[in-house]
Amino acid sequence: MLKKIWIPEVLSLALVFLKQEASFDIQFSLIDYDGSKSYARAYLVGLLNTLLVSVIGIILCTVLGVVIGVARLSPNYLINRTASVYIEFFRNIPLLLQIFFWYFAALRALPMPEDASLLLGTSYMTIKGLYTPAPIWKNFDVFLISLIISLIIIFFFNRYAKRKQEEAGIQYPKFLISLGIFLIIPALTFIFGGVDLQWSFPELKQLAKTSFTYEGGVGIPPELIALTLALTLYTATFIAENVRAGIQGIGKGQKEAAASIGLTPGQVLKLVIMPQALRIIIPPTTNQYLNLTKNSSLAAAIAYPDLVLVFAGTAMMQTGRAIEIVAITMATYLTISLSISLFMNWYNKSIAIKEK
Amino acid sequence: MSKVNLLKPNKENINLFLGLGVLFFTLGILDFYLNNFYEKNITGFLPGFISFFTPLIFGMIGLHFVRIEFSGIKKLDELNKNINTSNFNAALSFSIILLLIFSIPPLLNWFIFDANIAGDTKEACTGGGACWVYIKVWFNRFMYGMYPNAEQWRVNATFIIVLVFMGLGYFFPLRFKKYLTLYYVIFLPIISFLLIYYLISGGEFGLEWVETGAWGGLSLTFIVSFFSLIFCFPIGMMLALGRRSDLPVVKYSSLTFIEFWRGVPLITVLFMSAVMFPMFLPDGTYVDKLIRVIAAIVLFEAAYTAEVIRGGLQALPRGQYDAAKSLGMGYWRLHLLVILPQALKLVIPGIANTFLALVKDTPLIFVVGLLELAGMLGLAKTNPKWLGFSMEGYVFAGIIFWIICYSMSKYSYNLELKYKTDR
Repeated sequence: MLKKIWIPEVLSLALVFLKQEASFDIQFSLIDYDGSKSYARAYLVGLLNTLLVSVIGIILCTVLGVVIGVARLSPNYLINRTASVYIEFFRNIPLLLQIFFWYFAALRALPMPEDASLLLGTSYMTIKGLYTPAPIWKNFDVFLISLIISLIIIFFFNRYAKRKQEEAGIQYPKFLISLGIFLIIPALTFIFGGVDLQWSFPELKQLAKTSFTYEGGVGIPPELIALTLALTLYTATFIAENVRAGIQGIGKGQKEAAASIGLTPGQVLKLVIMPQALRIIIPPTTNQYLNLTKNSSLAAAIAYPDLVLVFAGTAMMQTGRAIEIVAITMATYLTISLSISLFMNWYNKSIAIKEK
Repeated sequence: MSKVNLLKPNKENINLFLGLGVLFFTLGILDFYLNNFYEKNITGFLPGFISFFTPLIFGMIGLHFVRIEFSGIKKLDELNKNINTSNFNAALSFSIILLLIFSIPPLLNWFIFDANIAGDTKEACTGGGACWVYIKVWFNRFMYGMYPNAEQWRVNATFIIVLVFMGLGYFFPLRFKKYLTLYYVIFLPIISFLLIYYLISGGEFGLEWVETGAWGGLSLTFIVSFFSLIFCFPIGMMLALGRRSDLPVVKYSSLTFIEFWRGVPLITVLFMSAVMFPMFLPDGTYVDKLIRVIAAIVLFEAAYTAEVIRGGLQALPRGQYDAAKSLGMGYWRLHLLVILPQALKLVIPGIANTFLALVKDTPLIFVVGLLELAGMLGLAKTNPKWLGFSMEGYVFAGIIFWIICYSMSKYSYNLELKYKTDR
């Protein structure tokens, strides 16, 4: 990263502190890290934690937002009202307050590890976080390759099916065949590729007389849970409104015309409404994804070790290099934001009306 | 009497079906109620999995019997049309009814029936519900932060005077109406600033000086939001115009400015204002923390406002520009008299959303050590005398913010209706 050949002298002098030993610990890390690693490594840990919470948040809030947005349009009075109460409630309370609420009030009410009861037969929800079974893979790379191969085959199959439909009007059950490919090829690796999956279950272990913890499995820290929960519930309200606006933006005539040429309600939604609604939904939703990513920096308030807390917090206190560190942090967020918006612009363009 | 077909409820046997429907519906509710509040499972003889779903199954069967087309009873038809159109809908409706039954009594208990409000120590809280005593005792701190108790009238007085001045605009005589914008955009901010400077901050006219570090609570939320709102609007407007300018320097500098602030999180901007900004100042100059924070929020939100206003500018047809130009209007007259009034009207909802986001972002100022409402809560909950009441605190703050934000969004909705002119 710091080759002087291509980084000007001054900059490399300014950034030389990144190579120094960080000598502080980070509570939760996706990669191997301890105090003897460099500041650059600490930066990477923070960045990965930020990306982790953003990706989980984006996936969950999209699912929840679409469900709530569709529910908001339901003719069923109760569902419709529930959805709108949810939207009005969660979007009018500051996100920071919601994070505080989940972290300091709601999750603190959970039992201690020794009193926790079994959840769904495998997991424990305690004040110290959620303990769930962890997968232990044998030959994971073979499995991963098979997954990638199956995705590639599905991609080409879909292209082939689309061309066939346009040329000859032949329709394949695209979804079923894709699902089949996605299930069968990875399954074959279990039988022939020597891939094996076992689960390690969390088990209660006594450390001292009154101190308990769980061993085995994965421990998800309460900070991550609170942050994900708050980000999801908050951002989903905005996505729900986008989805509603998108679906309402399609004229009634479209639905009626589609129904009159004999499409089933499912087909109307899939072939007529959704492709048009997506064009309205995607640009504002991109903004919400960007907001979620940027809002994940509120993690610093509850000590979830994200980029801001680890790098702009602890590392800055220790090195005192405020300008460099704030600049790097801002540049990182700028890069993430610009990449998400570039990707979504590309996607938006690919589904836009192609006018001749 | 025609044949009874249980799968197809019909009008001929309406009494039978209504009876069956109500019976099953009540059974479903009763089963659920007993399960949850009396821990009695009347369907315990069934396997656990089925027993778990019996209330829902009963409810669905009940709603199925009630689903009689053209029953002739107005209420029933309305009910069917609204919540009971198909089995799937019935299941959803019934689940929501169960959810309400499940959640409302405990919530009410916590909020009202088991809550304590009398007394002023922690020991007064004996019930299992909320301890509103905590809020009562800390109320002044939540509202005014560390502002000295004896001086709090100054904060109140300032807010009342500013509100009066704001309201005055309503009573302007017709011939002064054209100065209304001027009044709100220039006169009011100056008055508010002077009031805050002399009355809240003090230090002159025999008033005790209160440093900004002691300001806090909800009043600080108001001060920060008010000034940020006032300044971010004109700056955002300038940026929006700049982005559509024909001069490349203006255009690309506005573009870079907007994209930069939109790409970074507010928390890093606040960090920057707290840590980096003083380094760029010449030695010996000191800018107050509060001013730095407000400047940071203004720059940040101005970029968002600019994008919203740009949307409005883009939505105007070219004809408006051409017509105004053909009347001989220059750039400023064209924009101020023709383009902006129309464009702003179009983007009222967007601007309202930006302002709402701004108000909701104010709690973030805790990162530089200013404690508004959410920050004060954090301070109060770590007080050794009052441990364990964070729930009450956050619920209280949530309600206050909710009222502020919800009324703002409703107001903007009304504004939108008021200025809506159909083309």
